[in-house]
Amino acid sequence: MRHIISLLLENESGALSRVAGLFSARGYNIEALTVAPTEDESLSRMTIVTNGSSEILEQIIKQLNKLVDVVKLMELTEGAHIERELALIKLDASGKNREEFKRLADIFRAGIVDVTTSSYVVELTGTVEKIDAFLDAIDKKFIIEVARSGVTGMARGERALRL
Amino acid sequence: MELSGGEILIQFLKDEGVEYVFGYPGGAVLHIYDAIYGQEDVKHILVRHEQAATHAADGYARATGKPGVVLVTSGPGATNAVTGIATAHMDSIPMVIITGQVHASSIGSDAFQEVDSIGITRPCVKHNFLVKDINKLAETLKKAFYIATTGRPGPVVVDIPKDITDPKVKVPYEYPKSVSLRSYNPVVKGHPMQVKRAVDLITTAKRPMIYSGGGVVLSGAHKELTEFTRMLGFPITNTLMGLGAYPGQDKQFLGMLGMHGTYEANMAMHECDVLIAVGARFDDRVTGKIEQFCPTAKIIHIDIDPSSIAKTVKVDIPIVGDVKNVLQDLLTLLKETKERPDATALHKWWEQIERWRGADCLAYDRRSTLIKPQYVIEKLYEATHGEAYVTSDVGQHQMWAAQFYKFETPNHWINSGGLGTMGFGLPAAMGVKLGFPDATVACVTGEASIQMCIQELSTCMQYRLPIKIVNLNNRYLGMVRQWQEFFYEGRYSMSYMDALPDFVKLAEAYGHVGIRCESPSDVEPALKEALAQKDRLVFLDFITDQTENVYPMIEAGKGHHEMHLSPERELA
Repeated sequence: MRHIISLLLENESGALSRVAGLFSARGYNIEALTVAPTEDESLSRMTIVTNGSSEILEQIIKQLNKLVDVVKLMELTEGAHIERELALIKLDASGKNREEFKRLADIFRAGIVDVTTSSYVVELTGTVEKIDAFLDAIDKKFIIEVARSGVTGMARGERALRL
Repeated sequence: MELSGGEILIQFLKDEGVEYVFGYPGGAVLHIYDAIYGQEDVKHILVRHEQAATHAADGYARATGKPGVVLVTSGPGATNAVTGIATAHMDSIPMVIITGQVHASSIGSDAFQEVDSIGITRPCVKHNFLVKDINKLAETLKKAFYIATTGRPGPVVVDIPKDITDPKVKVPYEYPKSVSLRSYNPVVKGHPMQVKRAVDLITTAKRPMIYSGGGVVLSGAHKELTEFTRMLGFPITNTLMGLGAYPGQDKQFLGMLGMHGTYEANMAMHECDVLIAVGARFDDRVTGKIEQFCPTAKIIHIDIDPSSIAKTVKVDIPIVGDVKNVLQDLLTLLKETKERPDATALHKWWEQIERWRGADCLAYDRRSTLIKPQYVIEKLYEATHGEAYVTSDVGQHQMWAAQFYKFETPNHWINSGGLGTMGFGLPAAMGVKLGFPDATVACVTGEASIQMCIQELSTCMQYRLPIKIVNLNNRYLGMVRQWQEFFYEGRYSMSYMDALPDFVKLAEAYGHVGIRCESPSDVEPALKEALAQKDRLVFLDFITDQTENVYPMIEAGKGHHEMHLSPERELA
């Protein structure tokens, strides 16, 4: 089972490595991890995508809560939630595909944020599946590079991760 | 009051009520050692190796219940301390370890004696801090003590760069009386609903069993545990870490459980219908094969650490809280309710347990002309009236001490249970002796373990610590030899130690008394002689039967009902 855990942690140096170290020391999977400061500068918000049975998820949550730097956490996948990932995709747009890639970007509501005579950089936001679908629609030999941000997300409605 | 960082540290330790600091100086902590010089409030014990500083602080903490404090320098000082920090972490011992660090401006430059102490210790501490601002030093130290001693206790490292303790930089100091952390609030009170559910289950038990661990010792809940057990008339077993939390000679006590636990304790675990786990963490040496662990039992688990619950074994009624509080709540509720477990069923259960007890699983050959290690522990128990503080190292001697010294009170059995650290016993005994100068402190060890921190004999001389070392010398790494005999067809790979020192002369070289003992009839007189020399450290070197094994034994990965009993037992 795929799970997304969001957590607020003290914006201290080393806090990230405590979380990362916990996952590696206990053999838990990390599929993706994003972290950035929040509007409260003493806090960072981290989103972790992990895989595991409900027993493993329970242990992950308990072990995360045990870290002194973790202030609060929430399992997003437990309820209705929004998840988004940002991808920057550099494409070889030199030949006859130039027009095709523009159309594809439109279909996916992606933006083209950098253009040269031979390349595009496409900016695409969406679920992991949406980004995967876009990449699947393009012949691999035209993909020069891909940078994906990892998932971030929040609960829908009134459920919120805040102090 | 304006103080330098070094002075703040020492003043803080004094204000915090710290009696002893175990440490070793070096470049990065010289400012701190200068602040130690000439003051007498905080006594510094100079060990001979930083590992011993951590074990000594650990032993002090386990015996007194107060946090142990360590001070070491950067680089090798910190890395030498890591084994002791990990030892304390595995057994949840409150400790604060101050490590020196290179100048803040040099961090990351591979400076002399620089190591990433925060990074290295992160997986084996409860928490750690790097002090970057002298104005936050006192507050950080307070947080460290608070975190180390509350909730599930554990070691906390405070890494202090040398410039923070610069004697030229002085800032106002005030002792921070309290501290609050928004991200750290351990739950100490059990949920009333869960406590109620537990009582409902307890009162329906027909074959109950209480399994209690180190959490009861750490929480100081032995009185509550004893009252609870006696009120219900239930059988009880203690883990290796929990020995002494219930009186060892009491008839309701079935002895230790697990890999080298008694037949009656393990069989009662296997057959029980309600298991009450109190401050114990279902360690693999206790559970054996998880699939066969307490197959017919409903399980109540009381623990202060939520992550201990359902980590390896699924439980029916989890109760998160300090075991002392939860036991008090259980007692209150049990006194209110008239419901009691079925007396006839309980009587039948005890009859079954007595049959198991009749197997006399700790029997050993008493007619041997060689010294049996079990006999030495029995005689130590008698000679010290069961009242000594006993530290141990790790291996066969540790198991025999746990089986044969019947601890009546908590905090008296001091051993490295989780990490299994050889070399722990002697320095731990130093810490215990400093905590209780008038008590008898014995270190039960083996000729292999003792050599891992043997240099501390020098510390014992400097501070006149009259510890009694009981060396069960079988010329083998006994537990390794035992496993090789059982599981490797007697291929004793690297478990025999040749060229051992003459321990009597070695003890004498350090200024202590050494006694060698080679015959069973000499054991008792030797112990009495050692105990009579009240102000001397006595190193008792017992030349024991080389081939003696620890029984009963459950092989790793087997169930509680699959025990091997001793050959003596199986012949009888």
